[in-house]
Amino acid sequence: MRYERTGGGFNLAALLLAAGFSLIAFHAGPALALDTAGGTAGLTAPFRPIYLVLAAILVAALAGFYMGRTQSLRTAGGQIRDLHSLPSYYGFYVALWCGLPAFVLFVAWMIVEPGIVDDMVLAGLPSSLSELPPQRLGLILNDIHNLAAGEGFARVADEQMVAAARHYNALREIGFWAMVAAIAAFAAGGLYHGRARIAPALRARNGVERTITVMMIVCSTVSIFVTIGIVLSLLFEAIRFFQLVPFWDFLFGLEWSPQTAIRKDQVGSAGAFGAIPLFAGTLLITFIAMCVAVPIGLMSAIYLSEYCPRHLRGIIKPALEILAGVPTVVYGFFAALVVAPFFRDTGMVIGLDVASESALAAGMVMGIMIIPFVSSLSDDVINAVPQAMRDGSYALGATRSETVRQVIVPAALPGIVGGILLAVSRAIGETMIVVMAAGLAANLTANPLEAVTTVTVQMVTLLVGDQEFDSAKTLAAFALGLVLFFITLGLNVFALRIVRKYREIYD
Amino acid sequence: MANTQLQDADPRDGAVSSRPAARRTKMAARDVNVFYGDTHALKGVDLDVYEHEVTAFIGPSGCGKSTLLRCLNRMNDMIEGCRVSGEMTLDGRDIYSRDIDVVQLRAEIGMVFQKPNPFPKSIYDNVAYGPRIHGLARTKSDLDEIVLTSLEKTGLLDEVHDRLDQPGTGLSGGQQQRLCIARAIAVSPKVILMDEPCSALDPIATARIEELIDELRENYTIVIVTHNMQQAARVSQRTAFFHLGSLIEMDETEQVFTSPKNEHTQGYITGRYG
Ligand SMILES: Nc1ncnc2c1ncn2[C@@H]1O[C@H](COP(=O)(O)OP(=O)(O)OP(=O)(O)O)[C@@H](O)[C@H]1O
Ligand SMILES: [Mg+2]
Repeated sequence: MRYERTGGGFNLAALLLAAGFSLIAFHAGPALALDTAGGTAGLTAPFRPIYLVLAAILVAALAGFYMGRTQSLRTAGGQIRDLHSLPSYYGFYVALWCGLPAFVLFVAWMIVEPGIVDDMVLAGLPSSLSELPPQRLGLILNDIHNLAAGEGFARVADEQMVAAARHYNALREIGFWAMVAAIAAFAAGGLYHGRARIAPALRARNGVERTITVMMIVCSTVSIFVTIGIVLSLLFEAIRFFQLVPFWDFLFGLEWSPQTAIRKDQVGSAGAFGAIPLFAGTLLITFIAMCVAVPIGLMSAIYLSEYCPRHLRGIIKPALEILAGVPTVVYGFFAALVVAPFFRDTGMVIGLDVASESALAAGMVMGIMIIPFVSSLSDDVINAVPQAMRDGSYALGATRSETVRQVIVPAALPGIVGGILLAVSRAIGETMIVVMAAGLAANLTANPLEAVTTVTVQMVTLLVGDQEFDSAKTLAAFALGLVLFFITLGLNVFALRIVRKYREIYD
Repeated sequence: MANTQLQDADPRDGAVSSRPAARRTKMAARDVNVFYGDTHALKGVDLDVYEHEVTAFIGPSGCGKSTLLRCLNRMNDMIEGCRVSGEMTLDGRDIYSRDIDVVQLRAEIGMVFQKPNPFPKSIYDNVAYGPRIHGLARTKSDLDEIVLTSLEKTGLLDEVHDRLDQPGTGLSGGQQQRLCIARAIAVSPKVILMDEPCSALDPIATARIEELIDELRENYTIVIVTHNMQQAARVSQRTAFFHLGSLIEMDETEQVFTSPKNEHTQGYITGRYG
């Protein structure tokens, strides 16, 4: 009886496993047949159903779960009380043993295999090709990839290349099946190991929870590594830029005209990469935006949290937050098509010369966009001021506005400042509105009626279109990005510290 | 109408009969009903608070003591969905009439809360807050005078005289509560309402505050809510017992604690329930 049930559980899992892998084989069959067709045009990418491998791992883990669960109950003679953990934890325990090593192997394989295959293909090239300089070799490898995938006949496909592509495909195919075999072995081994360890005294729950904790840690570090990767890529490109343009000329230069020469003897071929006008423009627009956003946002936050009846608050607060959901391109339209012409026309009436693309228009609209940031962050910190503060003030005979001015705002001030700084860093990084409404002219001016440009806008224009990735013009974008990154990072860190410090006061 | 359930022991009769001639009514409530939305929190309460006396409100949790206290300086105006009916007077003036300035009224009826709630400002600014908003001091030295005498009266001055510019939140719980009392008396109120002022304090700080209450009685009229029977017996001259939103019994403190007229009162003060 006992023996039979053990066999039953194992059979189910084996069936699932077999089903998964035979599905792969079934799909692979026709592809293999096709590949023998031969001929240059007959080259097709080998059939490598990655998603099926993933599905098979999942199915195996699922099978492991059911096996672990039933087996644990059986070892305890059907008494859950005698088990250290609930049966489903034993299920997860076996599932993790079965699925996790296999999955890790899968990921590692996917990362490592392409490089190895490339090296092998390059090593197999005839010496006429393999002795080319590294850059040409990269192009050739690219061609081989395209050829192997059955596309890309842009360049002449000669015999050698076709042979290399065929070699490449063969290697990829071998690699794939080797991976399938290795994963199957890992999954089966893990399953066996996990099941062998099941006993009523096994602390399955602790094991599972520890594993899950580790998995969460890995996930949360992903974003950190991505950030580091972003900084490093910016840094390397920026260093290349600073080899072409001196660092101080970039940071403190007063002129920005990022041309690169088409011919060496062209007039003005040097270009000027002084970033001051860009940062000045950014500062001007951010300043205008904050002039709009801070008073309006703060006033509405105070109204919402101190004066507004609750049912009205339920309407106004979401309505304000809709502003945050409007895509910035739409704000850009609004700035370029409504606000900027309005300013120009008004300027004409009162005799002011307003550029059709002005810092004022862009800044105003950006300010409107930022209002919900300021208001909802301020609203949060104002609400965090304890009711007891208000009661204390009212009980002394203070009016609402006295209470707001003398107790609530001072108490919430650090938090409000933190919120404003976060809004500033948002404004500095904003691109779309400025592209559409402030123009591209790098004027060094404090006059809000003129056109200015910002760091982000210049980065976009430097990188849009066909670019060579080693001219000073293109690399300048990375240098700008790096400086911008550090400015907003500094602002964010500063703001978050202020906000956190404020939180501690009432705890 | 709401009075019917009180008729077996009308508190006012008892109060009036044992009232010495010299006593003067400072605040009075007549048939006060309070609703929070649909909750009927106070049911037809009538009572008098006499000048220069300490009146204690006792009763089980949720019986409406704080509610009545907040009605006395109209702090209930701040609570959405709270309705108050009936009449309340301060020195014979209806405090709920239209021509009363609530802000002025609250300056005359100070309040001290259960949890000490100093503002996140310096000790000096905490006490100077009220005088400043009411323009009680013309010059800096006037203001200093008010602040120092208020701190003096609460016995806090000796402890903090060398750190008046330090934040009030940095004091101990008992000191904070005395700071809040100093803050309340700095605007020279006529009445001070205290809602469980000692519930967050240790016995020593509590004794200090009880002493203070007794001293303050000379110049102010005090109403105190407390869950501590001994405290009520020690500091108050008159005691009101509430139960389920009704005023069950109100009389001289000694009377209430030695021979209560109502069986509910008897049960509560002997600790049978509540
Ligand atoms: N803000 C409010 N909103 C709705 N109901 C309230 C509110 N404040 C008090 N109540 C209700 O009114 C009744 C009386 O409350 P109150 O705070 O006056 O009791 P209390 O006698 O002070 O109790 P405790 O001794 O616990 O402080 C309770 O039933 C309470 O639930
Ligand atoms: Mg209370």
